[in-house]
Amino acid sequence: MSSLQFDIAHLLAGSLVLASFMMLYQDRLYALLNVYALHAGVLALSVAWQAYVQHAPHLYVTALIALVFKAIIIPVALHRIIRRLGIHREIENVIGVGLTMMAGIGLVALSMVVMLRVTPGADALAREDLAFSLSVVLLGLLIMVTRRNAVSQVVGFMSLENGLVLAATGAKGMPLVVEISVAFSVLIAFIVIGIFLFRIRERFDSVDVQALDRFRGERR
Amino acid sequence: MTIDTLGAILLIPVISAALLAILPGYLLTAKLNVVAALATFLTSLSLFVVEPTSGQYLLLDDLNKVFIVLTTFVGFTTSVFSASYIHHEIEIGRLTPAFLRFYHAMYQMLMFAMNLALVANNIGLMWVAVEMATLTTVLMVGIYRTHEALEAAWKYFILGSVGIALALFGTILVYMAARPAVGEGLDGMVWTVLVKHAAQFDPALLNVAFVFLLLGYGTKVGLAPLHAWLPDAHAEGPTPISAVLSGLLLNVALYALLRFKMMLAVNTEAIAPGPLMVTMGLISVIFASLMLYRRRDIKRMFAYSSIEHMGIIVFAFGMGGPLANFAGLLHMTMHSLTKSAIFFAVGHIAQVKGTQKIADIGGLTVTNPVLGWGLMLGVIAIVGLPPLGIFMSEFLVVSSTFARAPWLTVILVLGIIIALGGLFLRVGAVMFGEPKGKTAPAEASYVPMFTHLGLVLMAGIYLPPGLVTGFQNVAKLLG
Repeated sequence: MSSLQFDIAHLLAGSLVLASFMMLYQDRLYALLNVYALHAGVLALSVAWQAYVQHAPHLYVTALIALVFKAIIIPVALHRIIRRLGIHREIENVIGVGLTMMAGIGLVALSMVVMLRVTPGADALAREDLAFSLSVVLLGLLIMVTRRNAVSQVVGFMSLENGLVLAATGAKGMPLVVEISVAFSVLIAFIVIGIFLFRIRERFDSVDVQALDRFRGERR
Repeated sequence: MTIDTLGAILLIPVISAALLAILPGYLLTAKLNVVAALATFLTSLSLFVVEPTSGQYLLLDDLNKVFIVLTTFVGFTTSVFSASYIHHEIEIGRLTPAFLRFYHAMYQMLMFAMNLALVANNIGLMWVAVEMATLTTVLMVGIYRTHEALEAAWKYFILGSVGIALALFGTILVYMAARPAVGEGLDGMVWTVLVKHAAQFDPALLNVAFVFLLLGYGTKVGLAPLHAWLPDAHAEGPTPISAVLSGLLLNVALYALLRFKMMLAVNTEAIAPGPLMVTMGLISVIFASLMLYRRRDIKRMFAYSSIEHMGIIVFAFGMGGPLANFAGLLHMTMHSLTKSAIFFAVGHIAQVKGTQKIADIGGLTVTNPVLGWGLMLGVIAIVGLPPLGIFMSEFLVVSSTFARAPWLTVILVLGIIIALGGLFLRVGAVMFGEPKGKTAPAEASYVPMFTHLGLVLMAGIYLPPGLVTGFQNVAKLLG
């Protein structure tokens, strides 16, 4: 593999981590969705590049799914849901932006240390990809933890899934079965969420998870 | 014969799910649900007679045979219970016929997903199946659409998805570790191939992979720091689903974990998965038993009891060795049977009394003697009193541990005793005490409950030699 190919793959995977960071501090739902669309777009580019580098044409399908489904259809649909529910106000971050960013940096450092140390045998591209994708997964978890709103938790979850797709495509020659299943499960997950959002809308006129929290634990 | 029997176990639920989604009339569909579950169970029994050989996607060995038969059996008895349960739910208008159609289709989809997870020989396919089982149960937990049910389903969905995502990352890492030894492509995910070559895998990568798998599938097992979804999901969904969740789905996630444990055991340089599992198991036991004391909701209480028992089972498998594995396997079987029987009783009790609050239920042995004593028998079994089956399996777990790690035994026994106290304290008031709540006689089907309890009683007194040798073979397989 030429060093240019490696550099581009590196750049794209790194951009995905950067996009995850951008999602961390978005405090408006629309902005969050836009960054998520960017996130999915970068993922599509990265997967397409992997397909080219690995001479694995089936990965183009995964890239296409990421582009069409994740970068376009889901953000548009969520935009509509948000408008319908009338919740385009600010998101509350549970802890401050500064603290969240620090935690994010810590998580990225952690995943670098863990993944680079355990994969000296693997080829350089797969190594870097794994390290980056673990960062994206952990940042996705962080987004989910720091948000209270159901929609933004879902967005956090989807960014986490993007990290998984990055890992799956980085693992050279991983059977197609799994890639399709990943995309497919995202689709199912989204349908589930859609149903839930509508049900929540029917019942409470709110998708703030905090409104649900009143019922947490034992009913007294 | 490969596809025939294993394929049938998968095909029957899928076809019936499609049928149940279309057919109207809940009396008919409830019966069809029972018939489909029975057919699946009978097909799974035929695995003992005709043994299909494993292919690249499906696998059958002694380990999953036990799981499949247990799953399809409890799936069948639960469908019988479900038929009488939903009859009442329709009458009081908690469920509408349209929702019921959805419920039955989802029930069969869940059966399909669990069977698929059990027979999958491909770790990717297994992951997909566990994810599908999660999604179907999420939908069923939320089916009542009350505040509490929605919150429980949402929480379950989010935590379950995170768990499942971590498990996928672990699966990808396993593939990465296998690639240099096995080569690219499909073989890198076939479990039988992986086990054969696991000795040559990179140990460091396997270690990290196992940590992810343990956290991921461990969430689905309901191990202590990751259990937050479990009590809510059990308490707010329809009771047949609580029975299936506790009795079966937790086992399926555990099965996935065991498969990876077997793979790690082959690689001598990788960390031993045992101590990690022992630790998480013990934490679950102690934590869940303490939580039993403050429960006010009867279904939630038994959900915590499930966490405790999954802790014991994971502990036993973590200890490893033929005896502890045997004990773990027996305990898992006994727990599935007992806990689902308890949920059958609790489901009818909650319907009769119109509430799940422990404070509002009282004097059951007077008002509804059959249900009351049935539940009492179940509780006696679940806390591990002789002569029932759980006493025997817990005794085996404790005695096999005592020879190797006496200190761990002390902690484990302490947890079991705390749980016994908590359960008796709460259940005593429900059973005896002043009769409270409505006293209408229950329109219940007692057959599933007493079948399970009868089996548990029988296992406590006499284990058939065929079963013992079968379990011993599996225990040997688990290493």
